[in-house]
Amino acid sequence: MNTVVVGLSHKTAPVELRELLVVPDSRLGEALRRLVSYPGVKEGMLLQTCNRVEVYAVVDQVGTGYASVQDFFVETHLALSAERLLPHLYWSAGDRAISHLFRVSSSLDSMVIGEPQILGQVKDAFEAALTHNTTGVILNKLVKKALSVAKRVRTESRIAENAVSVSYAAVELAKKVFSDLSAKTVLLVGAGEMAKLAAQHLINHGVRQVLITTRDSRRSQIMAQRFQGTSIPFESFRGELGRADILLCSTGASHYLIGQNDVQLAVHKRMNRPIFLIDVSVPRNIDPSVKDVDNAFLFDIDDLEMHIEQNKEERKREAEKAEAIVKEEVGVMLGWLKSLEVTPTIVALRKRADKIIEDELHKALSRLGDLSPEKRSAVEGMASAIVNKLLHGSFVTLKETAQSANGSMYIEAVQRFYDLESSQSLNGTDSVEAAELDRADHHTETGK
Amino acid sequence: MTVLFFRFTLVLYFTGILLSLGYLLRRSEILSKSALAVAGLGFLCHSFALAAQILGSDHVPLVSFHKAMSFFSWSLVLVFLVVATRQGLHILGTFILPLAFLALVSAAVFPVERESLHPFFQTVWVHVTLSMLGTVGFAVAFVAGIMYLMQERLLKSKQFNVLTFKLPPLDFLDTLNQRSILLGFPFLTLGILTGALSAQLTAGSYLSWNPEQTWAVVTWFFYLIVLLGRLTVGWRAKKAAYLTIVGFAGVVLIFLGVVLKGGGLSTSL
Repeated sequence: MNTVVVGLSHKTAPVELRELLVVPDSRLGEALRRLVSYPGVKEGMLLQTCNRVEVYAVVDQVGTGYASVQDFFVETHLALSAERLLPHLYWSAGDRAISHLFRVSSSLDSMVIGEPQILGQVKDAFEAALTHNTTGVILNKLVKKALSVAKRVRTESRIAENAVSVSYAAVELAKKVFSDLSAKTVLLVGAGEMAKLAAQHLINHGVRQVLITTRDSRRSQIMAQRFQGTSIPFESFRGELGRADILLCSTGASHYLIGQNDVQLAVHKRMNRPIFLIDVSVPRNIDPSVKDVDNAFLFDIDDLEMHIEQNKEERKREAEKAEAIVKEEVGVMLGWLKSLEVTPTIVALRKRADKIIEDELHKALSRLGDLSPEKRSAVEGMASAIVNKLLHGSFVTLKETAQSANGSMYIEAVQRFYDLESSQSLNGTDSVEAAELDRADHHTETGK
Repeated sequence: MTVLFFRFTLVLYFTGILLSLGYLLRRSEILSKSALAVAGLGFLCHSFALAAQILGSDHVPLVSFHKAMSFFSWSLVLVFLVVATRQGLHILGTFILPLAFLALVSAAVFPVERESLHPFFQTVWVHVTLSMLGTVGFAVAFVAGIMYLMQERLLKSKQFNVLTFKLPPLDFLDTLNQRSILLGFPFLTLGILTGALSAQLTAGSYLSWNPEQTWAVVTWFFYLIVLLGRLTVGWRAKKAAYLTIVGFAGVVLIFLGVVLKGGGLSTSL
């Protein structure tokens, strides 16, 4: 029984190709069922995001498994010729496939390291496979483990700590000026997308009071409704600057809308309380000389980008810690897979039976006192016979089913029924962790 | 025994400083936690030493420069421990611990138990204690001011480094600055009043306008103006930070002046 992954990602294929490969939800069930009907494929899951399309499968033989999954890819995406598709595919098996899934789930293989959506996408892929009944003991365990590894990576490394999008960077910087955003007022000048996104982030982080102004008063009314804020006339918004703790500016104007004097006046009105200004417009709408005004903190798009770059570097450093976690967890997973092999299970069961026979004989013989050698060997023989006959069926079934699709299920069952030591790793903590993950916050940075 | 405890305290505070300086440069929670733990241990030692000194001797507490500085240092560390554990503001240690350490070292440099006033004036220790508590408030305001200016400069210059993330938000520092002065000021006021009362009992006049008393009154007016300025004309943020730094520097100079002149502490602040 082998685990394999075959697929392509942003690292191996351009977006023009990736977008052709997405299987729509309506066809997902059919695709999954077809996947497990290929020769040698026992279990299968299809993970698709905007950055990757991958098949995880449990197969009899690695070689035929690769071939089957490749066939699946080609036959699922008839719009693409095999010649165009195959050069972009990568594949791995065994520990490398497991490691790959763990790295993907932990967002170590993502375009933006540490982005939070991938976890939800892996979960979705797994649920789809569960719904269509194409997973089994191994994939179930593997994916649940991947989700718990991802959670561990998140809590034990700072891989997802700092902002890596412009709109979120604005929030992060605002929090360096204001400790509590809930009592702060945001003034949104213009209706640029990025500023709107930043405003939304600020609201999510507690800002309650939003003022909006755009040249088109109807538009600002609409936005005021969306953010539950107040629309103010564009002509007089400069007079309101003093009310704003945070100013987000993003208009299409080709000149400076806010000058040094405007901000100077605002700071004066605010009795020197700091004002935080974000200008994401290109060309800029806030005069750069505003930075010289005391207690005014101006950041333009380049400043935010620079901030993000530094955060990305930081994430890369944290990724090293995460890789170590992944490596460790792959080891745990391999240990579990090994425990599923039939021979060690039979040996363990045999040993356990022998131990029981020995213990019980010892007790019984000490109670019976002196026995003649014949009687003694008869008692011993009976004990062995009972145990052996009882176990015989289990041994036969195990050997017979070991190579079948459900083989690992029987092995696991035997391990549990007879409380064999190797079953230690099967306790339920991982599924509890996975359930917790369901509730984990995954706010979004980039769209799927 | 007391001396031994003081030495332990010094060693522990110094270790705490090294650890928190390390925390300033490296992103390691272990460093900050161990700095806190070491400072806490130092604080315990310090408490024992102070208690032994006050209870063990027949003298009234806190009338020597040594005891006053030691008490000042002790209160600073107490403030740090409270703020660091309650607000999670470990970085405060990087700034407060050196100050507390210096105060304690200066206490050690002047170990002479020279009582500056006749011991039968039992009110003097009240005056010294209150004045020192006022000074603790100003010292914290000073530290908040320094941190404010650092963070302000980092944000203005758009340098986003380890320090930017460790220093608290600007408005938090400004509030810390304001609250410290608000707490320190009443203590200083009471300290000056009880000082005047002591002076009346010893010298027969409330205020003799000697340099120490004059400077104490000047300090009091300075901080009064800083507080009023904030409320009326918006002397907050950067301006408040500068003012409190200047104010505290002045307080330190007065201390030095008093000590170098060889006069007792308790006749001044």
